[in-house]
Amino acid sequence: MGAVALRKGVIPLRTSPPHPAAKMLGERADAAKVRFEASTGYRRTRAPEWLLTVLAPLVGLAVFAGLWALIAKQGGGRIPDPITVWHAAAKIFADPFYSKGPNDQGIGWNVLSSLKRVGIGFGLAALVGIPLGFIVGRFRFASGMAAPIIALLKPVSPLAWLPIGLLLFKAANPAAIYVIFVCSLWPMIVNTAVGVRQIPQDYLNVARVLNLSEWKVFTKILFPAVLPYMITGVRLSIGVAWLVIVAAEMLTGGVGIGFWVWDEWNNLKVEHIIIAIFTIGIVGLLLEQALVLLAKRFSYE
Amino acid sequence: MNRYVSIESVGKTFETKKGDFVALAGIDLQIAKGEFVSLIGHSGCGKSTLLNLVAGLIKPTGGTILLAGKHIGGPGTDRGVVFQNHSLLPWLTCFENVHLAVERVFESDRKQRTHAALELVGLSHAEHKYPHEISGGMKQRVGIARALAIEPKVLLLDEPFGALDALTRATLQDELMRIVATTGATVLLVTHDVDEAVLLSDRVVMMTNGPAATIGQVLAVDLPRPRARLALAHDPRFMELRASVLEFLYEKQAQKKLKVA
Repeated sequence: MGAVALRKGVIPLRTSPPHPAAKMLGERADAAKVRFEASTGYRRTRAPEWLLTVLAPLVGLAVFAGLWALIAKQGGGRIPDPITVWHAAAKIFADPFYSKGPNDQGIGWNVLSSLKRVGIGFGLAALVGIPLGFIVGRFRFASGMAAPIIALLKPVSPLAWLPIGLLLFKAANPAAIYVIFVCSLWPMIVNTAVGVRQIPQDYLNVARVLNLSEWKVFTKILFPAVLPYMITGVRLSIGVAWLVIVAAEMLTGGVGIGFWVWDEWNNLKVEHIIIAIFTIGIVGLLLEQALVLLAKRFSYE
Repeated sequence: MNRYVSIESVGKTFETKKGDFVALAGIDLQIAKGEFVSLIGHSGCGKSTLLNLVAGLIKPTGGTILLAGKHIGGPGTDRGVVFQNHSLLPWLTCFENVHLAVERVFESDRKQRTHAALELVGLSHAEHKYPHEISGGMKQRVGIARALAIEPKVLLLDEPFGALDALTRATLQDELMRIVATTGATVLLVTHDVDEAVLLSDRVVMMTNGPAATIGQVLAVDLPRPRARLALAHDPRFMELRASVLEFLYEKQAQKKLKVA
């Protein structure tokens, strides 16, 4: 089901804190989306399709900008209006990769540092979580062992782990990576395990009647069958990791988009904070879309 | 009689939450080399269970099954199984699906053997397609190619055409007759289609209703081969044979069912 919605290329709702039944929740959300897409609840219009797909989002953005301009005007200059932000953004993005010491770097460097932390933390989580997921999915005893731990630790905000990280690593950067690791781990384990349990008995029967070796069973049946579920896990993990890194960096400092937001707050450059919000949103969207493409590539129906 | 496949007083009891369920009891059946035998019966009579026992996917709780004099202790590549729902791996092309079986059995000429198996079922043109790109009938042909490619001693077919439309089913039945005639395969077919059983088989084994299902009657189909579907449609002997299977299923077994209920 999850994979079905993926294939449709829908931008998924952020089903934020992933949870032992993340897959199930995801499924429900996906099912809701499919229904929404196929819904005939819209009033019938005579407008051509291109008008709806191009014009409607543009109108939406225009209304958004209008409301924002109105609020900025009412706020008496405390909140910058869209034009001011646009000019500030043009200036910032004219030179995104400057570096004037550790505390004054271009927005490009900040985004890249954050992405690097997410990449490392997430990569480590995949390295640990995927094999664990296979074990939890394949053996009932392991599943029973893991269930209470995952159920207990999953609802915990990843930021609660930050002090432990600081204590263990005695440095901000590894602590932030560690937080990403912790928050990415659960969706990886849970989705891989669900994927292993969902393998149709038919495929395993094929393996049995052909007497396939364990290696062939893994490479030709288990791994490809679980891959779409693993990608769902990756998608959930990356989504959460990108949410968490901003908060973690606000607390730890250094170079990173989250730290940059905090720094600009201290400088009272509100237009830069708004630019950061948009940047974070766009990067998150790109990550998501990249994974949707990846999921499409590995779905077989 | 030539006992190529020998099922000797086989029984199967499943342990369920409500206690033991006797699915099959006292099954004795011998299949000769090159013979085509069908198992027919109402759904739930355990005919698929019997096929799975021969496939080695499940173990009998009583009796033994021998294939070419050797005891069957589990699944093996001396038997080729065609599943009802094709069971092709969706991430492999037709060629790769068949090759997966071939490489398990043969050391040499793997590619040629794979090509040959797909050619036998008339799918050379679709070798590099994925299962989702071909029709249900074609998928089932690949399933048959996969089972035949390993040159099994016996071909086990579990309602292979059950999920297909009537026209495709007829085409595939004709194909199967042609393939069996070319290869001289020994076949055990599970079906609930009376016409299919009579058309394809040398013997039709009719099973009683479960629980504790067993063989009720065995009908020798003495129609000459090759058999032509259209000619048989008006053949009195064919109709006679067909009628006796129907009689067994809808009179003898249906009555028993009513009494139980």
